[in-house]
Amino acid sequence: MSYISPVLWQFLTKWLTYFAIWPQEASTVAPMADALYLFLWGMTVVGMILVGALVFVFSVRYRAQKHPEAVQIEGSTLLEATWTIIPLGIFLFVFVWGAWLYFRIYNPPANAMQIYIVGKQWMWKAEHPGGQHEINALHVPTGRPVQLTMISQDVFHSYSIPAFRVKREVIPGRFTTVWFNATTPGTYHLFCTQYCGTLHSGMIGEVTVLSPDDYQRWTEQSTSGMSLAQNGERLFNSLGCNSCHNGTAAARGPVLAGVYGSKIQMDDGTTQIATDGWLRDTILNPSQHVPAGYKPIMPTYQGQVSEEGLIDLVEYIKNLKSNYRNQQTLVTTQSNNAAPTTPDMVKP
Amino acid sequence: MSTIVSLPDQSTATLPKRSYLNAEHGLLSWLLTGDHKRIAMLYLVSITFFFFLGGFFAGMIRLELLTPVGDLMAADTYNKMFTMHGIVMVFLFLVPSVPATLGNFLIPIMIGAKDLAFPKINLLSWYLYMIGGTFVLASLVLGGVDTGWTFTTPLSTHYLNTHVITTATAIFIAGFSSIFTGLNFIVTIHRMRAPGMTWFRLPLFVWSNYAASIMMVLGTPVLAIAITLVALERTIGIGVFDPAKGGDPLLFQHLFWFYSHPAVYIMILPGFGVISEVISTFSRKRVFGYTAVAFSSVAIALFGFFVWAHHMFIMGVSNYSALVFSLLTMLVAVPSAIKIFNWSFTLQKGSITFETPMLYAFGFIGLFTIGGLTGVFLGSLGMDIHLTETYFIVAHFHFVMVGGMLMAFLSGVHFWWPKMTGRMYPESISKLAAVTTFIGFILTFFPQFVVGYLGMPRRYHAYPAEFQVLNVLSTAGATVLGVGYLLPLLYLGWSLKYGAIAGNNPWQATGLEWQIQSPPLTENFLETPVVEWEAYDYEWLAKKQQAELSHV
Repeated sequence: MSYISPVLWQFLTKWLTYFAIWPQEASTVAPMADALYLFLWGMTVVGMILVGALVFVFSVRYRAQKHPEAVQIEGSTLLEATWTIIPLGIFLFVFVWGAWLYFRIYNPPANAMQIYIVGKQWMWKAEHPGGQHEINALHVPTGRPVQLTMISQDVFHSYSIPAFRVKREVIPGRFTTVWFNATTPGTYHLFCTQYCGTLHSGMIGEVTVLSPDDYQRWTEQSTSGMSLAQNGERLFNSLGCNSCHNGTAAARGPVLAGVYGSKIQMDDGTTQIATDGWLRDTILNPSQHVPAGYKPIMPTYQGQVSEEGLIDLVEYIKNLKSNYRNQQTLVTTQSNNAAPTTPDMVKP
Repeated sequence: MSTIVSLPDQSTATLPKRSYLNAEHGLLSWLLTGDHKRIAMLYLVSITFFFFLGGFFAGMIRLELLTPVGDLMAADTYNKMFTMHGIVMVFLFLVPSVPATLGNFLIPIMIGAKDLAFPKINLLSWYLYMIGGTFVLASLVLGGVDTGWTFTTPLSTHYLNTHVITTATAIFIAGFSSIFTGLNFIVTIHRMRAPGMTWFRLPLFVWSNYAASIMMVLGTPVLAIAITLVALERTIGIGVFDPAKGGDPLLFQHLFWFYSHPAVYIMILPGFGVISEVISTFSRKRVFGYTAVAFSSVAIALFGFFVWAHHMFIMGVSNYSALVFSLLTMLVAVPSAIKIFNWSFTLQKGSITFETPMLYAFGFIGLFTIGGLTGVFLGSLGMDIHLTETYFIVAHFHFVMVGGMLMAFLSGVHFWWPKMTGRMYPESISKLAAVTTFIGFILTFFPQFVVGYLGMPRRYHAYPAEFQVLNVLSTAGATVLGVGYLLPLLYLGWSLKYGAIAGNNPWQATGLEWQIQSPPLTENFLETPVVEWEAYDYEWLAKKQQAELSHV
């Protein structure tokens, strides 16, 4: 309906929202989800009326006082076929529509801005690449696709923003993603919808949608001064990763520059693709990801790095376009001091 | 509204001198019985107890949600309340209710057998059920459990200090009760049908219990495995679900829903059977498209095993596997739609009366249609993202399981009450109860669809204030619903002593169970019956009655 008549649609949703029986629409997919929802209710109401009318009319017409002798009917193949095929057709139509919407909601556009979310009992921690951290809050700009890469530090959680009509489970041990494009400035509910223990219902927050200018101001005000990649670099060095992954000819580990997104030939003959989740898993379970030509000597970092630290490391490796800085760090700093800032990495 | 004309000996009638109820006396004769009818009664009493226990928790939950702040009880207490509500209702009420009570009582009689194939295993099933129930009560007394009935790992294995193992044991044991019951039914239906009782002369109640039994036998062991792994993970940390040890937390979801989705059909299929019997009897017509209804039960049993991952659309399963499971979910919705239309058309050209079981059956059709169609919302991938884990899903499955299954159960209990006890229940108050239940139900659960679409998550102890109006409505509805459930308890209890004598066939129904005395003899039939009529053959019944009358 949002396609057929935008004006009518706006009127309808405004009216429904006014009576508090309809959530606000604040993302590009929200009207699409609402259109399907209305269609489904239409289907339900028609189905109800049909069944209700059949039962009612038959009950009145064929009640025992009026119709004392029942007429025995075997069945009817034609009728049976009709009420098999018509519901099947409707359900398949709903399936296709739902699948289209699902792919729309879960396949992020390539240019989406990245934000990391760590769920823990009982708070949401958001980390922007520019080093802004927030708890039980999320600031996003309008008109720009935002992708959340999420992981849980303990149990299953689920990140839900009803006004955007998006939700995704946040799982321990693996990254899940969700994206949206916010349309209307305002503050909206952020819920944890997967039962996660005592304070499950307290794990709520606010999503603040800002105009691009306001968002720019917000990022400048609330940066901690260190981007995620810079934090990652510092960790990379303090954990000693740079002693093997230093890009020299004698290095015991492969070069990491440009590794993100590439296909890697493994020791066991398989090829693996370096995604966020893959990078995280290599740090935690290196013995399962040995690249061809290297020995399985990397120790596991399980238990030594927090989920936030892993996000920093992954973000650092993702942004490692050349190996130059890595070598330089190895040569110039032998301590755990912060590496010099790299201004081109601070972009949110 | 007319009542069906009864055979002339009703006014002076007394209960038969000898019946399964007075065949033996004393508590021990009940506790050691091998009679399927007595075991069914044991189940009926115990299941009723657990239903009201689960209902008490539901009441506490609704009372807490009357206000947006968690003021009635602490968060942990609330979590224990909904966990107990779920566990008691699913494992101790919904799954066993129709098969273990009505099925146990009726299946042997309906197929013309003296008992189930394994009477002692049948008694063992009841003991397992009771031991399981005792473990649930024990975990309650010891301080409760707050995993939610879904036992999601790693919450249940690593983060809770409540009585998870005790409860897991309870479910493990109760699961075996269900497996044995299913096995018993399958063997009985295959091997013990009376001469002439062919597969396509079986009452649809037998067909639907047969399909449900297959699911119990195939599905329940997987639940037992999942729950055992949870216990092992908790005690010795085997790590199958722990990502830190290379395990996969999603594996638990797969195992759990591999049982728990079919479990929905285990609950609802026997209910379908009840509805087929009731609608046919009170419209005095054979069920429209008997074969389609029978086969749609089997189709549900088959398809039901291939849709479990539709509980995991938002959990990071691959988009393409989501696509497959969504498609299969749509397919499994079709057989249910077929049944709804078959029941509706059974009424066509019938001679319809509106006794209490029929009113419950109409309630079932209405509520189950809404429940089924809102299931299509959730099977639709993009829609599921917004709706799942909210009150919409709570409303949906309560429509299916409470609106559907429980209405069917009450319909069946009223329908076969005269057969089970030999006495009628009081008709007008029971009609009032049926209507009260229906209205209370709609009022309780319809607002939850709305509040769910607004985004209110399930299992919330406190919630944003704007959801309050709908929650107040829901709680008010729950009060009405509670009255609707308490009434039958009172008047059915009353009827045990004061109810009118029912006679053998008060509804003028065609099933074998109505051709024997009420309440039946321990051995059901004095001699093995020979079945020469199709199921729901009312013309045969009329002829038979005429012959009896002329004989008198």
